[in-house]
Amino acid sequence: MTAPSVTQPVRKDVRQVGTVTIRFAGDSGDGMQLTGDRFTSVTAKVGNDLATLPDFPAEIRAPAGSLPGVSGFQLHFADHDILTPGDAPEVLVAMNPAALRTNVGDLTPGGLLVVNEDAFTRGNLKKAGYAANPLDDGSLSGYQVVRVPVTTLTLGALEDTELSSKEKHRAKNMFALGLMCWMYSRPTEPTVDWLRVKFRTRPQIAEANVAALAAGFAFGETTELFAHAYEVKPAKLQPGRYRQITGNLALAYGLIAAAHRSGLPLFLGSYPITPASDILHELSKHKNFGVRTFQAEDEIAGIGAALGAAFAGNLAVTTTSGPGVALKGETIGLAVSVELPLVIVNIQRGGPSTGLPTKTEQSDLLQAMFGRNGEAPVPIVAPAHPGDCFNAAVEAARIALTYRTPVMLLSDGYLANGAEPWRLPDLDGLPDLAGAVAFAREPDPDGTYRPFARDADTLARPWAIPGTPGLEHRIGGLEKADGTGAISYDPDNHHRMVELRAAKVAGIARTIPPLAVDDPGDGARLLVLGWGSTYGPIAAAVRRARARGLPVARAHLRHLNPFPANTGEVLRRYDRILVPEMNRGQLRLLLRGEYLVDARGYNHVRGLPFSSAELEQAITDELADLEAAPA
Amino acid sequence: MTLLDQPAQLPLTKKDFTSDQEVRWCPGCGDYAILSTVQGVMPDLGVARENIVFVSGIGCSSRFPYYMDTYGFHSIHGRAPAIATGISATRPDLKVIVVTGDGDGLSIGGNHLIHALRRNVDLTIILFNNQIYGLTKGQYSPTSELGKITKSTPFGSLDHPFNPVSLALGAEATFVARSLDTEREHLAATVEAATRHRGASFVEVYQNCNIFNDGAFAALKDDPEGNQIRLAHGRPVVFAGGARGVVQDPTGGLRIVEVAEVGEDALLVHDAHRDDPTLAFALSRLAHTPMGPTPVGLFRQVDRPVYGDLVQAQLADATAARGRGDLEVLLAGQDTWVVD
Repeated sequence: MTAPSVTQPVRKDVRQVGTVTIRFAGDSGDGMQLTGDRFTSVTAKVGNDLATLPDFPAEIRAPAGSLPGVSGFQLHFADHDILTPGDAPEVLVAMNPAALRTNVGDLTPGGLLVVNEDAFTRGNLKKAGYAANPLDDGSLSGYQVVRVPVTTLTLGALEDTELSSKEKHRAKNMFALGLMCWMYSRPTEPTVDWLRVKFRTRPQIAEANVAALAAGFAFGETTELFAHAYEVKPAKLQPGRYRQITGNLALAYGLIAAAHRSGLPLFLGSYPITPASDILHELSKHKNFGVRTFQAEDEIAGIGAALGAAFAGNLAVTTTSGPGVALKGETIGLAVSVELPLVIVNIQRGGPSTGLPTKTEQSDLLQAMFGRNGEAPVPIVAPAHPGDCFNAAVEAARIALTYRTPVMLLSDGYLANGAEPWRLPDLDGLPDLAGAVAFAREPDPDGTYRPFARDADTLARPWAIPGTPGLEHRIGGLEKADGTGAISYDPDNHHRMVELRAAKVAGIARTIPPLAVDDPGDGARLLVLGWGSTYGPIAAAVRRARARGLPVARAHLRHLNPFPANTGEVLRRYDRILVPEMNRGQLRLLLRGEYLVDARGYNHVRGLPFSSAELEQAITDELADLEAAPA
Repeated sequence: MTLLDQPAQLPLTKKDFTSDQEVRWCPGCGDYAILSTVQGVMPDLGVARENIVFVSGIGCSSRFPYYMDTYGFHSIHGRAPAIATGISATRPDLKVIVVTGDGDGLSIGGNHLIHALRRNVDLTIILFNNQIYGLTKGQYSPTSELGKITKSTPFGSLDHPFNPVSLALGAEATFVARSLDTEREHLAATVEAATRHRGASFVEVYQNCNIFNDGAFAALKDDPEGNQIRLAHGRPVVFAGGARGVVQDPTGGLRIVEVAEVGEDALLVHDAHRDDPTLAFALSRLAHTPMGPTPVGLFRQVDRPVYGDLVQAQLADATAARGRGDLEVLLAGQDTWVVD
């Protein structure tokens, strides 16, 4: 079979649009995540700004055609900088009735609905709970419905290949991708190259997928179903070299970069858990960076091995999600007590218990703050967007190494799997962490070694690793005498050690940037304050509110413990603080407790990021309430 | 050259391994004898003090690291093998020794114990088995005999006990031995052999808790001749001054016999280095609990690749094949574009 030439010159009329939100939805086995990934990749290549929202079930393969088995991938791309994966798609590609049923409610009125009409069989309609075929009963009259026989056309394009019927069916997603590439003037060559690399040992499969992709693209050009194609010009982003990146990949790279900048080998002790496992997968590839990954027998062993590795002189990390943090709690407390550097990554997901493993939530903030016995303060860092996971990982490592403390890095499922363009960092601009390591080498002049003596500035204790002659010492979870580290049950010593550990963590505030406020100076009385992955939706909502002339200020916390030193001063500048969170008000509780301010919450836990429209409404409501209240 | 071949800088003595901490076990506790024996063995290993790390969990035995003037980590209940794995897997230059007990190692930490053994992490795990919870003042442990009356089992324990040697063999440990706190020479030789073994070595030490479970091993201590079956590689398995011995039935099972009745040629010859662990396991089943004739000594010692060595080899192979990682190249990946 000869490889067809894929990209035909586009002859139809091409219209310019500024922004598009598209969602691919199909059965878990239809390859929607892959389709979305490839569309994202070519969209990045043409220079659009973009944000993605994969949304898939926890089941690997729920029964084919069923509602729980629907997997979706939403992509927002534009010719300007954007902040969210889009509130509602304007284009929905539905590969079967179940995908239509679970997604059509999100489609904007008048939106474009492309369906694989071959999949609308009696059996599939029944599985999706449709009594009548929605393509025929007029229920979709509010949308532009385009019926495409995707299955028939894909099988037709592959008629001459010797693949099994099942293998031919599996190429349907490439047909849909080809069609959407035509519609939005995306090149197909990068996907062709990618397919040939991915299936290099099975060239027949590669070429079948290439043929299906080409057939989809050609169908768009030749069919009369579409009057014209669209084009989204490149976005004017900050100059630099870019790539596309997901949060988990950025986080893994941030850890490698931190190891590089500290001169320490990286050790990851971990146990597989959704949605954190991709960090383990990624780090396990990079052994030529001196990265050791250890898939432990359980969550506790994952962090236990990491703490052992920290004692032995590694940059030690454990990665998990909320249920795993619950299991690791005792070891985190031990790390607080023995004062060794350790990065604990929590990719938050819906809880409690197993909860919603593949859906996002921000409900582990109080677990990070308080989820241990005793007074056990742990610094907390949270990234704001997928690419920011890189910086957050470097920052978590900086704090851990400098202060000899466990640090909690709170990402979430949305950041983990969401993708965006990422400007490659200037490596020389990253913090130099070598100074933070500075292993103890020599005993004190009197020949003794005091493992719990403290640096006057940071209050960090020295880090003497095994193999260092003359510094043999014992550490453990029993209370230690200030300075010598000998076991101590002395009441005053215990009080002093509790205060010292708290002061050490509080002192981190001296090395973190002040809380920056985005306030246009138009007399805003309302501050919207967020943390973590709500950054995009909040910033987009504030933009929308301001476009309507509403005065509103915005700030975003990257450090949750300690807070930036000026936080209280910032909060007191405003009459009202609105704290949107994907939980029941955990940051709000901390702010009220710490600063005695009237922080109000906007709280939803739907397993999905906020839409900018709902936050814009929340801002509008809060302003109205503020106006009505006596000044 | 492995660590153990390196000459220590100075001839060390037992005193060099004794820390300045006051030992706080109950007077008469079997732990004192074990501590003294281990402190006495350390100089013979020829390993510098700074290259030795003792790791423990929680329990009476787990105070051990405080009394050794080496590096030490007294951790949390049951987790010592996991913490020690992180040390050993990243620092093959260190000699890592885990001290644990029957509650710490077999109950709360059972999972970590079996996984460290099956991975063959370069660790020596010394399990002090006193068949009772001491530090929490006398509840039954996973090695307490059935029917044991304790504070938490006033009507007798219903739990079938573990045989720690059987468990370690089941986890395919590459070195499995048993000794007793009071048998100083035997214990010293056993601990020294274990610490010289490359890979995971497991030593069960019958240890008397004179407060909560005094005399648990009286059968073996009061009548060593009659009840200690001393295992020696390549030698017939005999005890009671040669009067009694062990034979293997055609079905593979082992049986204690009177030597005079079967003849010396019929006796089982111990093979500790046999790759197949079934013989060692059968020996461990001769006494499920130490109430009568019980094998002590080395059950099994075989060679298997060491976890930390394999980790190092993968790193070295990846670096040889792809060169040292270049961070800039990694971050850029395959697909980049430039915005002017």
